[in-house]
Amino acid sequence: MNLFDILQSIIPQALFFAAPLIFTALGGVLSERSGVINIGLEGLMVMGAFVGIVFNLTFADVLGSWTPWVSILAAMVVSAVFALTHAVASITLRADQVVSGVAINFLALGIGVFLTKQWYDKGQTDMVSRPFYTNDVWLLSDIPIIGPMFFSRMYTTSYLAIILAFVVWFVLFKTSFGLRLRSVGEHPMAADTNGINVYGMRYVAVMMSGALGGLGGAVFALTIAMNFSQSTIVGQGFMALAAVIFGKWHPLGAMGAAIFFGFAQSLSVVGSGIPLLADVPQVFLLIAPYVLTILALAGFIGRAEAPKSLGEAYVKGSR
Amino acid sequence: MFTNRTINILIPIISVILGLLSGAIIMLVFGYNPVAGYGALWEGAFGDSYFFGETIRMVTPYILSGLAVAFALRTGLLNIGVEGQVFVGWLASVWVGVAFDLPMAIHLPLAIIAAAAAGAFWGFIPGILKAKLGVHEVIVTIMMNYIALYTTNAIVRHVITDGEDQTENIADSASLASTWLAEMTFYSRMHYGILIALFMALVMWFILNKTSRGFELRSVGYNPFASNYAGMSVSKNIILAMMISGAFAGLAGAMEGLGTYGYLASKSGFTNIGFEGIAVALLGANTALGVVLAAFLFGILKIGALNMPTGAGVPTELVEIVIALIIFFVASSYMIRWFILRFKKEGK
Repeated sequence: MNLFDILQSIIPQALFFAAPLIFTALGGVLSERSGVINIGLEGLMVMGAFVGIVFNLTFADVLGSWTPWVSILAAMVVSAVFALTHAVASITLRADQVVSGVAINFLALGIGVFLTKQWYDKGQTDMVSRPFYTNDVWLLSDIPIIGPMFFSRMYTTSYLAIILAFVVWFVLFKTSFGLRLRSVGEHPMAADTNGINVYGMRYVAVMMSGALGGLGGAVFALTIAMNFSQSTIVGQGFMALAAVIFGKWHPLGAMGAAIFFGFAQSLSVVGSGIPLLADVPQVFLLIAPYVLTILALAGFIGRAEAPKSLGEAYVKGSR
Repeated sequence: MFTNRTINILIPIISVILGLLSGAIIMLVFGYNPVAGYGALWEGAFGDSYFFGETIRMVTPYILSGLAVAFALRTGLLNIGVEGQVFVGWLASVWVGVAFDLPMAIHLPLAIIAAAAAGAFWGFIPGILKAKLGVHEVIVTIMMNYIALYTTNAIVRHVITDGEDQTENIADSASLASTWLAEMTFYSRMHYGILIALFMALVMWFILNKTSRGFELRSVGYNPFASNYAGMSVSKNIILAMMISGAFAGLAGAMEGLGTYGYLASKSGFTNIGFEGIAVALLGANTALGVVLAAFLFGILKIGALNMPTGAGVPTELVEIVIALIIFFVASSYMIRWFILRFKKEGK
């Protein structure tokens, strides 16, 4: 196996695992930039996976080949509404944002499995008949070397994730909406004084993070898991959260971190076929993303500065 | 009529009532009879002595993981890593349990202490990172959970056993199981661990409220700057708080390893003992007595729920939703407080 063969098997795999993480991490970036901690990303992904699968199973006959696309849209809408609970609790009711996020995680899993049992009479749904499939990109996949690496056997959702990261970057840093969103997370009182609706911005940010988390969960379900059960989403949301911090709360950084995690995951899957890595015990590849995140936080890779008022409820008139 | 203290006691009670009411509404919406549903839950928790034994068995680790979260919160730290600390504690206790052959008077305490030490070590890492480098403990502890999960699996597979998915059973001399308790409860898995858990609740109350070290720990939690000015070492107290919290969590793991199961199997996901501990601590208002009461409530809900599908046709997961809602209501206590105060004003 030469280097190109290895890269050709790893890169599509890495992007395949990374796509759901990128979507969810982008949601995390938006929410945390507005000053609301979102530990509930995991729960939002669970909700997205659940809705994506159920919608897909229900409407596969009607919608035909459009099913997976409409499914992820449905997942986005439902998860955005579901994220409202986190928004109400942590913005209006001034609940501890971490605790509210933990509750979101419990709630999503509880609702998902409860309804699964209710509707399917068993602990897991059937396999979906219309998941996403890989395809080769027209013309580009014929380019030697680069073609097989980046443009064949790829999921469209992987490209979508990367494009979306740039979109979020543009919105956050190049538009006045993005400036407002960031200012609300850095210094809400100053933003309020300047006439920005702090609560409104935070609500919008949390709901967008719900939509993106739901998108991530649905994409995970329709590319990797193929059904929904208690153990469909186990920790991907926390991985995405790690990517947010590893990427220093920057959309492109989060994307990079997510791709790195995807890369680490794909190594633990295809690693046994690669000469050097075959001797590394799998456990080291499994824990690598988490250890690296801790190291990154500890400042060995560069200090990560959180948005200034992250985790603080804004109370009008307080100083 | 409503002092701050009574409001603090009222909030968890109102939250539980609201949570259970929401559960009843959900049951109604889906066409179940809530009275039958909760009846089945009650039957499943207290119906006969076997169920009662199982409930106590479930309560035991909840008390300890709740204490772990509560202890950290009292000192101003949020320990989401209880889950991982439970894992390493479970691993350490089982490892000592299978590796040695000693008289019970040495073996059992040794296995328990090993679990506490392992948990304390797992808490030490986020503690020192927070104290020395200012890294937020929430993220580090989340990451440590996964490291614990995968590492313990690897150790079970490749170090303790030779490629097996499960360790051997621990030696009898390290076991908390008791034939007496088991026979009394129709062979449930109830074990002596409940005594340890209750004793540790007493220990937590004593450390925090009756020792000068406990005063320092709480003081650093309230205001690190004032504590520093008063001559206390902030970083030392943060590290110590995380270690004690981790030790409680490690003991929760020992309850599973030495009591309930007697072995450790490699796991595909978390046990949730640690995450439920967050709920237990919040509901118990971070006090030792509150944690014990909340652990009993959650143990009853969890074990009772197992009877709901057969007793009333209601899926077990209803209880998960109820627990999540209870956490929500406790977290949003601002709302409940507002209602109580408003009620008070109108009453005048």
